[in-house]
Amino acid sequence: MSKTDSQSRRSFLAAGAGVAATMLARPAAAGGNPANQPPNVPEWTKSLGEGVAVRPYGKPSKFEKDVVRRDVEWLTASRESSVSFTPLHELEGIITPNGLCFERHHGGIAEVDPADHRLMIHGLVERPLILTLEELKRYPRVNRIHFMECAANSGMEWRGAQLNGCQFTHGMIHCVQYTGVSLRTLLEEAGVKTNGKWLLVEGADAAAMDRSLPIEKALDDCIIAYKMNGEALYPEQGYPMRLVVPGWQGNLWVKWLRRIKVGDQPWHTREETSKYTDLMPNGKARRFTWSMDAKSVITSPSPQAPIKHGKGFTIVSGLAWSGNGKVKRVDVSLDGGRNWWPARLDGPVLDKALTRFYYEFDWNGEPLLLQSRVQDETGYVQPSKAELRKIRGVNSIYHNNGIQTWHVQANGEVENVEVA
Amino acid sequence: MSKSLKFVAAALFACALSAPALAQQKADAKSGPRYHIGRAPTADEIRGWDIDVRPDGQGLPEGKGTVAQGEKLFMDNCATCHGEFGEGNGRWPVLAGGKGSLTSDNPVKTVGSYWPYASTVFDYVRHAMPYGNTGSLSVDEYYALVAYVLYLNDVVTDQNFELNKKTLAAIKMPNEQGFVMDDRATSEKSFWQKDPCMKDCIAPVKITGRAAAIDVTPEDGKEKKSRGVE
Repeated sequence: MSKTDSQSRRSFLAAGAGVAATMLARPAAAGGNPANQPPNVPEWTKSLGEGVAVRPYGKPSKFEKDVVRRDVEWLTASRESSVSFTPLHELEGIITPNGLCFERHHGGIAEVDPADHRLMIHGLVERPLILTLEELKRYPRVNRIHFMECAANSGMEWRGAQLNGCQFTHGMIHCVQYTGVSLRTLLEEAGVKTNGKWLLVEGADAAAMDRSLPIEKALDDCIIAYKMNGEALYPEQGYPMRLVVPGWQGNLWVKWLRRIKVGDQPWHTREETSKYTDLMPNGKARRFTWSMDAKSVITSPSPQAPIKHGKGFTIVSGLAWSGNGKVKRVDVSLDGGRNWWPARLDGPVLDKALTRFYYEFDWNGEPLLLQSRVQDETGYVQPSKAELRKIRGVNSIYHNNGIQTWHVQANGEVENVEVA
Repeated sequence: MSKSLKFVAAALFACALSAPALAQQKADAKSGPRYHIGRAPTADEIRGWDIDVRPDGQGLPEGKGTVAQGEKLFMDNCATCHGEFGEGNGRWPVLAGGKGSLTSDNPVKTVGSYWPYASTVFDYVRHAMPYGNTGSLSVDEYYALVAYVLYLNDVVTDQNFELNKKTLAAIKMPNEQGFVMDDRATSEKSFWQKDPCMKDCIAPVKITGRAAAIDVTPEDGKEKKSRGVE
């Protein structure tokens, strides 16, 4: 144990004793309604609650009503072509509840009747196919947990700290377990011709969004999913079927998937030319920047999740991920990136999935510049924002995976800041 | 595990299971369908949905429209959001202008200043426009609209220019050479390291910017104004 660790542990024990003494002295300090607190019997113990099936589809407690997706109205011209953000600061573990997964639509939520939905596979294939949802479900199934991140996640932060909350700075990401059919299985069923090198994938929404996907990725790990976290996809996530492209930018994960066309060249659609290309300082833009680089963020404490307990034992909780494999390690800094301490990975560490990390320490109540930094199994280390800007400038919009800094103030409030 | 190894492992696994059904599937994998689930789409079904277009013109339908025809259609269907000259109203997309802005502090990425291929305009407009009324125009009308958008960007300069399968595929866009393949693996090679630095990595830092000072974060019940990001 290092000197700092043992010092920290001693001061934590001392602080713990102090907290216990405080609690004894002031029992009502936690607030609330004393009539429901010991020694009294609370109201929910005195009477019966609602019976079974009164809530046929369960919802979170009414006391959790603020745990919701939010949008930033000034970002876009209309809500139908816009984005809402996952409340990362309120979530734990690695699985995002279906109703809280961020949304990105280009033509609103298509309310597709599964009886009328068709998936067509044609182009450079031996046997063109048209499938109903029920037919798709007859193919062998796979279950995979993957994160899905919009390439524009953190895109508002290129020019400096702008949005005060990790929901807004990092909330264009979610991670669920998908059930569906390996795209490879369907492509083998259709029989891709030898000159079939690219797929056009297209949705059935009012934007009929189309993208080009290289055949290597299509045959590797893509899935046509119809379930998320065990239940049918939610309409805003592409019900009744969507494409899952593990580790690659969310825009490729076409929702309401209706058509796959095999061709010998990419299509250069609007979403892979005008959008989702990364403008560099020399005026040239990178195209086909599909994979999402390793990235991490501390979800709590963060601006929407301040430290309310004062000094003492403190849990730093965060998420790390990589589009290129598994998370290898995460380090946490309390001083804006000068010194780092290894974080503890807890729960499953899966390929191209969110990974939960913790750093537990004894906070002495002094201001902190909190950061997290991930290294993935390829050796890639999450860069600082300064390192990223040095190469990419500030106009590339997409792929901002720079290290986030949260300024924890003495009163426990947290602010999104930039440091240098 | 490499892909080929995975494949070998899967094949061995399939062989190990001697169930006749699996053996049958394996035998069929190369020569034909394995599952026989679903049917072949009819030519009509494919024709109705096969609307994508490539830079070399593959996929462009028969039809035609002129800049002048497109101008009227644009005023009726597009100008409310995009502005009469493609300048964009409010936060709706700007379609024209922005030439020479890509290296500036405020790049304006339009059809003329940024889009590498004219086919993309046709593909996108037919897929997604008019906004809220997708696919409501005829092929001739889409040709005319795209002709007008190209005219707004000085890609074509004659009001009587007729856009069709042939003329569209021949158009060269000003920024076609403005794109490079994803080069992160080489240009950002320094981000791959053996062991990340743990101690005294940089000089002590100070706060140089604060989101709170900009004050654009949404809060329930509060109006916020942006400084703009796009």
